[in-house]
Amino acid sequence: MKVRRILAAKSGGIISIRPEQTIREAITLLTKHNIGAVIVVVPGQERPVGIVSERDIIRRAATDEACFSDPVETIMTRELVTGMPQDDLYSVAHTMTERRFRHLPIMDEGRLVGIISIGDVLKAQRDAYRGEVDTREAQLLAGGEE
Amino acid sequence: MSELGTEANPLRVAIVGAGPTGFYAAEQLFKQKTYTVQVDLYERLPIPFGLVRYGVAPDHQKIKSVTKIFDRVARRPEFRFFGNVEIGATITVDDLKRHYHQIIFTTGAQTDRNLNIPGEDLKGSYAATDFVAWYNGHPDYRDLEFDLSVETAAVIGVGNVAVDVVRILSRTPEELARTDIADYALEALSKSNIREVYMLGRRGPAQAAFTTPEIKELGELDDAVVWSPREETELDPLSEESLAESADRATTRKVEIIQSYSEENPATDKTRRIILRFLISPVEFIGDEESHLASIRMVHNELYKTDAGTLRPRATDREETIAAGIAFRSIGYTGVPIPGVPFKESWGVILNQDGRVIEPETQEPMTGLYTAGWIKRGASGVIGTNKPDAAETVEAMIDDVAAGAVLQPEDPSAEAALALVAESEPHYFSYDDWLRLDEIEMERGAALGRPRLKFTSIEDMLAALEKETA
Repeated sequence: MKVRRILAAKSGGIISIRPEQTIREAITLLTKHNIGAVIVVVPGQERPVGIVSERDIIRRAATDEACFSDPVETIMTRELVTGMPQDDLYSVAHTMTERRFRHLPIMDEGRLVGIISIGDVLKAQRDAYRGEVDTREAQLLAGGEE
Repeated sequence: MSELGTEANPLRVAIVGAGPTGFYAAEQLFKQKTYTVQVDLYERLPIPFGLVRYGVAPDHQKIKSVTKIFDRVARRPEFRFFGNVEIGATITVDDLKRHYHQIIFTTGAQTDRNLNIPGEDLKGSYAATDFVAWYNGHPDYRDLEFDLSVETAAVIGVGNVAVDVVRILSRTPEELARTDIADYALEALSKSNIREVYMLGRRGPAQAAFTTPEIKELGELDDAVVWSPREETELDPLSEESLAESADRATTRKVEIIQSYSEENPATDKTRRIILRFLISPVEFIGDEESHLASIRMVHNELYKTDAGTLRPRATDREETIAAGIAFRSIGYTGVPIPGVPFKESWGVILNQDGRVIEPETQEPMTGLYTAGWIKRGASGVIGTNKPDAAETVEAMIDDVAAGAVLQPEDPSAEAALALVAESEPHYFSYDDWLRLDEIEMERGAALGRPRLKFTSIEDMLAALEKETA
């Protein structure tokens, strides 16, 4: 199974923020859209410049109570690992688990086409597994009736 | 008027496409207890079950037994089936909006993606899906002709559909005669000269999409031996590392089976050969003077690791040409757009967010329109994978009913929808019609010692039911 299968049912647009926008604005976006990370983009530039996650915000807020008016570029992760639609879900799950990040921006021919979360990956794997179990079960039950 | 979703004012849902996902969606709608729901399932073809009937291989009857579950759904009093009614042609989406609160598109993914290489349109070059639909007796494909007079065939791709095509090409007439393959296909394949079938994968054995039982079954055919070059079945260091990390037993077993096929010159009196090739991609189909496929130029690949950890193929400068007179591309299905429903061409799916159809400009959900199955997420997984997928869509639908975000049909009565169907397509098929056809097909099959003998034209189906043809 490929990453593309997750992105296919996520056509509702990509939530992004500009580097100079505040951490408070990032929190508003995360809450409003019920997501765990927001991608940081510079208008006119195809490749995102970073990603800001809940964890980045909490880490900063733990030591700096006045951080919420700071720009997101002060806390964003700049070294982005990106995926592509053709990536295998299994490998992506492994990489995200091993390298401990929960959101993977997906690029296609130099363009950002979506973000998948570890939750999306787990759900896709669970559904694939459920589907297989269900199919086998249906065959077994039907076989018993014959 | 009483509240929506009650006995007096049931939630009326149209599902478009009677493949597995259409039935799973209906099942999920009946399973939830919040609202009273009535479902009308529309199907372009006269009879239900989509790829279970026209995709699943004829020698895999057991997989088809999933229809027993669909049958239970279909016998519910809140369910109606309207076959031979094409949405977007016979009846438009706007027509449906006048009679239903919600509409789900479950039309599947019907065509093969192209290879985009020179010579792909030569005679003898086909989409695997066309061949599959043909041998399964799909009314739209029964008149296709495949030139099986050549000796060597190539199947591009290493998914389970590719394996199906390889197997059907390599079975003896006696083996095929025990299946429900279309009678004309049985006749054509019995005269086939094909004795050598290549299956070409661009990555290595550890990345092949086919499943273990399928590749094992290839080695168990009556008159075909499977062989694969040893250097292509050995794992490269990257694949070895990735397999060790994942400790994936299914893949390990699959690789072992593939490697068991790489014995040099196995002793055999079998007359047909299946050749599995890995790390190889076709770059050109070469024709003879009559523009008929004669050979395939291929490039050898090596694997590299992407940032996200996937092993992808990369062309080397090593090339090879094999003689082949017929080729089937099987590198993934893509969907076909429905008039009036936003579509994402590049991925072959309906534009959607978790099953809610999305309006491209505003990126907002289009009230009352939903999708599920392969047309929602692309072709992947087994039949049952579409059940959780349909469940996700139905969950969104039920949330939207609670929020009052439904269509406002002029006349949501079951009678009005039936009148629309009867007026637009007098020869529509009901589920009872299908049950009668099913019985006749099985009787015809039993007489020949076969699971069933399919009707392959709409005229024959109408005639069998003694419906007047126009």
